[in-house]
Amino acid sequence: MTLVKRIIPCLDVSGGRVVKGVNFVNLVDAGDPVELAKRYDQEGADELTFLDISASVEDRKTTIDIVRRTAEQVFIPLTVGGGIRSADDVNVLLRNGADKVSINTAAIMRPELINEISDRFGNQVLVLSVDARRGRTSSGFEVTTHGGRQGTDIDALAWVEAAISRGVGEILLNSMDADGTRAGYDLEMIAAVRKISSVPIIASGGAGSISDFAQALGAGADALLAASVFHFGVHRIADVKGYLAQQGYPVRR
Amino acid sequence: MIAILDYGSGNLRSAERAFALTGQEVIVTSDPQICADAHGLIVPGVGAFEACMDQLKEVGGDLIISKRVARQQPIFGICVGMQILFTLGEEKNGSLGLGIWPGSVSEISAPILPHIGWNSVQVAEGSQLFEGIESQTFYFVHSFAAKVPVPNALNSTCEYGETFIAAVEAGSVVATQFHPEKSGSAGAVLIRNWAKSL
Repeated sequence: MTLVKRIIPCLDVSGGRVVKGVNFVNLVDAGDPVELAKRYDQEGADELTFLDISASVEDRKTTIDIVRRTAEQVFIPLTVGGGIRSADDVNVLLRNGADKVSINTAAIMRPELINEISDRFGNQVLVLSVDARRGRTSSGFEVTTHGGRQGTDIDALAWVEAAISRGVGEILLNSMDADGTRAGYDLEMIAAVRKISSVPIIASGGAGSISDFAQALGAGADALLAASVFHFGVHRIADVKGYLAQQGYPVRR
Repeated sequence: MIAILDYGSGNLRSAERAFALTGQEVIVTSDPQICADAHGLIVPGVGAFEACMDQLKEVGGDLIISKRVARQQPIFGICVGMQILFTLGEEKNGSLGLGIWPGSVSEISAPILPHIGWNSVQVAEGSQLFEGIESQTFYFVHSFAAKVPVPNALNSTCEYGETFIAAVEAGSVVATQFHPEKSGSAGAVLIRNWAKSL
């Protein structure tokens, strides 16, 4: 009996459509979120993540509608992120079918938000999304905001530790250097965060060849998030799981 | 008719949809009469033990549940909705549960918490709840759990750092630490198995 390694397709949603770019720019259309979610559920995804990457007021309503319509279609956990600024925002999402939420920039601006959400809903509901890149902070990994476009001078490892003590239940570790490049997950970053994290780590950014998934698990990831390789049919979830099983990792089939 | 107890906790919509797959009418409510009349009552629960107990009492859910237990009417507790059936929750400063089952709910001893994801269950012999899905995995998301088996009940267990109680079948009261409503097709079968017993 073992906890399996999770494969999590990520739907970056803007204007009601799934989009994907390289290093968070040059976005191209990748389909209808509800249709994709349904397909990934059928193909054996272990969870789904929606990130509302534009998060304007109009897009917030769209996202809530998409969450509701997706929850009608799938019976696996949904994590929703983007534009969450209060515990009440979380409540609205949970009532519309989200099971977990992820926060990022709003928590950097106001770290107490973490406590407010976890005190009310428990830390298991809260995923801290960390967009990190190589930088000149003490650990060599710097937190960025605005989809990787702005540096913060905040050290990524120090931020993860602080957030865990405030009450996040998972770390979604997104490498801004690797995002969309399909050149492999940032293994050094995963290993560095694993050393200091007492909560599960979802590795994100850079999945390309099928061996990348196993390498990220080897570096210490508990779950693997990927977007473009699934959206554009480079890999199927079943193939990734088959490969991981061959490598000796427990997966759900 | 299945009632899902609405006390402001839990992913009510997910539970509503999953239990509707049984073909039964599903009502999300805290109305004591509807909850008393329902063939089955779902007690969901997400978040901290103490907060859930407080919210439950606010809508009179503690009375709704104990009356159904006394009349041996079916109840299905999910996640924290299972935990509050025990006597004590050790989360934070500790708080009293409903005491329908003896024992306490304490933090799991594991290097990485919460326990999040799909895990297999060591199914109790004779379980009706798990019939046909004994070798499947189910979705867990929690840090606390009951560790001591409920007496005179079927206790199915899960392993994560240590062994804990994953599901209890105690006559009319059934509960799972995992989320059947989020456990894909295996969860759907489990829910149907329960509904068949109503």
